[in-house]
Amino acid sequence: MNYFNQIATLVRKDLASELRTKEMLSSMLIFAMLTTVVFSFAFDPDTETVKKVFPGIIWVAFIFAGIMGLNRSFGGERNNDCILGLMLCTQDRGVIYLGKTISNLVFMYIMEGITLPILFVLFDYRLKGSLLLLITVVLLGTWGFIAVGTFMSAMAVNTRNSEILLPIVLFPLIVPVLIAAVQATGIIVNGGNWADTVNWFRVIGAFDVIFTIVPWLLFEYLLEV
Amino acid sequence: MVRKALGWLTFVMILAATYLVFMWVPNEKVMGPVQKIFYFHVASAWIGFFAFLIVFIAGIAYLSTRERKWDIIGVSSAEIGVMFTTIVLITGPIWARPTWNAWWTWDPRLTTTLVLWFIYLAYLLIRSSIHEEEKKARFSAIFGIIGFIDVPIVWFSIRWWRTIHPVVVDSSGFAMSSKMTTTLMFSLAAFTFLYFYFLSNSMFVEKMRTELVGIKESLRNRF
Amino acid sequence: MITAENITKKIGSKTILKGIDLHIAKGEFITVFGPNGAGKSTLLKILAILMKPSGGTLTINGFNTNNEVVKVRGQIGVISHQTLLYDSLTAYENLEFYGRMYGVDNLRERIFDVLQEVGLEYAFNDPVRTFSRGMQQRLAIARATIHQPEILFLDEPYTGLDQQAIEILNSVLHKFNIKDRTVFMITHNFEQGLDLSDKVLIISKGRIVYERKAAGLMPHEMKDVYINTVGGKV
Repeated sequence: MNYFNQIATLVRKDLASELRTKEMLSSMLIFAMLTTVVFSFAFDPDTETVKKVFPGIIWVAFIFAGIMGLNRSFGGERNNDCILGLMLCTQDRGVIYLGKTISNLVFMYIMEGITLPILFVLFDYRLKGSLLLLITVVLLGTWGFIAVGTFMSAMAVNTRNSEILLPIVLFPLIVPVLIAAVQATGIIVNGGNWADTVNWFRVIGAFDVIFTIVPWLLFEYLLEV
Repeated sequence: MVRKALGWLTFVMILAATYLVFMWVPNEKVMGPVQKIFYFHVASAWIGFFAFLIVFIAGIAYLSTRERKWDIIGVSSAEIGVMFTTIVLITGPIWARPTWNAWWTWDPRLTTTLVLWFIYLAYLLIRSSIHEEEKKARFSAIFGIIGFIDVPIVWFSIRWWRTIHPVVVDSSGFAMSSKMTTTLMFSLAAFTFLYFYFLSNSMFVEKMRTELVGIKESLRNRF
Repeated sequence: MITAENITKKIGSKTILKGIDLHIAKGEFITVFGPNGAGKSTLLKILAILMKPSGGTLTINGFNTNNEVVKVRGQIGVISHQTLLYDSLTAYENLEFYGRMYGVDNLRERIFDVLQEVGLEYAFNDPVRTFSRGMQQRLAIARATIHQPEILFLDEPYTGLDQQAIEILNSVLHKFNIKDRTVFMITHNFEQGLDLSDKVLIISKGRIVYERKAAGLMPHEMKDVYINTVGGKV
């Protein structure tokens, strides 16, 4: 019980702090929208090609914006050595990992909730499949990305060139969840149903579970002083 | 002493493998002489993968024992693995161009190898971004574990991805004669020896480096 | 309270601590001196269970390194030279966060108690980033004691403190120690805290090289002893 209380307290602290400064969310949002606009310049939004690359555009925008957020995630804990404070008050370091992952997920979901409709409008795209399924793939795909991303950002923040390092170490690791999320999104927006996407959901599900448990177990080693 | 013997043995093995590949084994009927690259290509891929497995095992061993030796084994293997994976990525297209008429296809094996290459480049990059010896060892052990666990998921996701997008060229294998199998097996063995020879060399260099640090420190304490 | 037996610490190829034996009784106030790089901070981190020793055993309140010493983490408070505070949150929110993490009962009352102790109750609703350096450090003292720890660790607490903060720190330490709670302090400052101490130690090159009762010890005496033991600069 104490374990979950601590996670909840940590998440609440992150949200309260973000609500005050809005630093992370605003830069993530602006970046996601900028990426979208750049894409519409790069690929003429009227052509058929765009219909094909649309799922890819969605996820590239999400992931680029996500990297921005992740870079800040543990940066905030470094000011005044707050991470030491967290280490003093948690018996299990997994609390810090899970708390941070949940906060980052909340920020991502807010950003995605705003960006996704805008993407559909800008590219004049009609959703042919189920909205519920689309939301599910966004939620689960983002979870996998953030689960491993939070862990890697905790690692990167402890190195010399953290901001450059994070994307380089993170992108190869998220290949499976990226492929699966883009494919599933593509099937759904073109009218596919659950049966068409189930294999991709399996990949995402496996990735989410494995890359939540393994980092959770390894976090203690990451945070040693 | 052991290292020297291993060196000579490896030398003879590689020489023999080269003989088998170029003189002994017959040309493949369809592909011709270019197919010979296959023996070293596959052997390099095997060493790459084997080296990354060692990185994974060394990572776990380091985190549980905190002995520096495991870190040295880990980083040496990662370096060797990246080198052999690079060879795979170079020899692959050389072979693919005349055979499939394309430098690159997004075949699951090729693509997974490419992702692997990026993962372990990241491993080496993490190391170079950290000064403190202990943290360097700890972080790379952790990353070596995470990266290796990712490999099978990468493989499956890419395989399913490619089955949806039909592969233009058929990248499936070809019938191998018994002489070809023998040559391949021998190359695999020779490259495995090569891996261990490189590993022992890297470890030797690291050991010298540690000794040097120790000597410097004792000198500093004396004066 | 705390018993350390033959504690060693190797980081990479360097040996930081070369066998520390230390017994700290409940309610004792220990002050540690030593040159930079002597291993003081490492020892503090090990005693505060932030770092695992490479060898030896550490026992705190009956728990030792083999049977889950992390369980006493809630009884430990640390004041370091960093404040460990969140700039964007208010003083109250910072203390509330740490109080919740430690599972403190009657948190609201407790927060105003500690705020009063450090003289910051008037600023409870101001964001920490608007605080002066001295105010931030006073709040850091409140933060470290919010959960009424049994043992307080201090790492160079006097560095950069203004006069008012020094007085508050001393009075907090005095009140804390008088309640039979244990204090372990690392410092370079011979002027402050010596009169509160029960025992002084000097650590050099990973070993305890000097140890004595602090009663009647004057700052200049301590300084002489230090220079004679360690030699050279303070």
